[in-house]
Amino acid sequence: MTDVSLIKLFSIFSKIGLFTIGGGYAMIPLIERDVVERNGWVVKDEFLDLLAVAQSAPGVFAVNIAIFIGYKLRGVRGAVAASVGSALPSVVCILLIALFFHSFRHYEIVENIFRGLRPAVVALIAAPVFSVARSARITRTTVLVPVLSALLIVAFGVSPIYIILCAGVAGLLYGKMKRRV
Amino acid sequence: MILLIKLFVTFFKIGLFSFGGGYGMLSVIQGEVVTRYLWLTMSEFTDIVAISQMTPGPIGINSATYVGYTAMNNAYGSLLLAVLGSLAASIAVMLPTLILMLIISRYLMKYSKSAGVNAVFRMLRPAVVGLIASAALLLMNVENFGSFTDEPLRLFVSVMITVVAFIAMRRKVSPILILLLSGIFGAVFYSFV
Repeated sequence: MTDVSLIKLFSIFSKIGLFTIGGGYAMIPLIERDVVERNGWVVKDEFLDLLAVAQSAPGVFAVNIAIFIGYKLRGVRGAVAASVGSALPSVVCILLIALFFHSFRHYEIVENIFRGLRPAVVALIAAPVFSVARSARITRTTVLVPVLSALLIVAFGVSPIYIILCAGVAGLLYGKMKRRV
Repeated sequence: MILLIKLFVTFFKIGLFSFGGGYGMLSVIQGEVVTRYLWLTMSEFTDIVAISQMTPGPIGINSATYVGYTAMNNAYGSLLLAVLGSLAASIAVMLPTLILMLIISRYLMKYSKSAGVNAVFRMLRPAVVGLIASAALLLMNVENFGSFTDEPLRLFVSVMITVVAFIAMRRKVSPILILLLSGIFGAVFYSFV
């Protein structure tokens, strides 16, 4: 553990959290600059390892990185300071928006803006499906899993959590079977 | 305060079972917040995703904050309780990994490369692809696009927006820019129709 004050951890991740618009992946260069380059708290190789684990770990990717780095530097308290720091700007921002949204919601121009936004959001979510599929190395045989999952959720209302659980267990069993052979 | 507990537990579950970053999380949030508890409509959920793309913070935290606030506000109409709800949800969604960290921190690096974990992820990753696809599919409803019988023009325009935005995404245009333009287009176009 290094001599990083909890306050410094908190403020660095708050700043990063404030300047990351959109998704957690945008945080990566900012974190790298502050944590690896400027302060040398983590070496680049270890940073890449942390990123990989943060991607695999459940939950919010950006917060996961903060937790891992915070833990490495100042243990549990560091993890809490870093994660709370990374989340705080967005919590405040969304609260402000929520507070005022209700008043603005019924103006026609706001309605119109969202009528334009909503279909775009659908595209924003649909677009990564193909790139994620590629990185998950989906082949013509394995494509059954995503198709079945989507079908179960959309057509039969199965809970995504259930799908995740089943996929996880199935993977575990399949792995065990393969090793037994 | 049952709602508060439900919010906490639900977002803890969301934090526990969401893999694959923000997009993977969307499906789990949808399943719980919209389908199961009706705290938001599918349309309101779409709105918060749009807002989240244009504000600081990941969708996981943003949606937790927003849903926590909205659910409590709708139930009790109290600002204090609403803020409490948003904090509870936001903390809950971060907890699973924090706890995971505490339990296996020593073995985290070794663990993440173990054969068992790898096997799990080999099945999990394709499933997450399905989840993301389902999230997009579930958003293709009348509320978001317009009804064929009542609002055919809006339906047509919405589909066009989706197609153009999709192509733009494939060309690596920034999502924020896409949303900004779509919002402006919506504001202008629908004002004249």
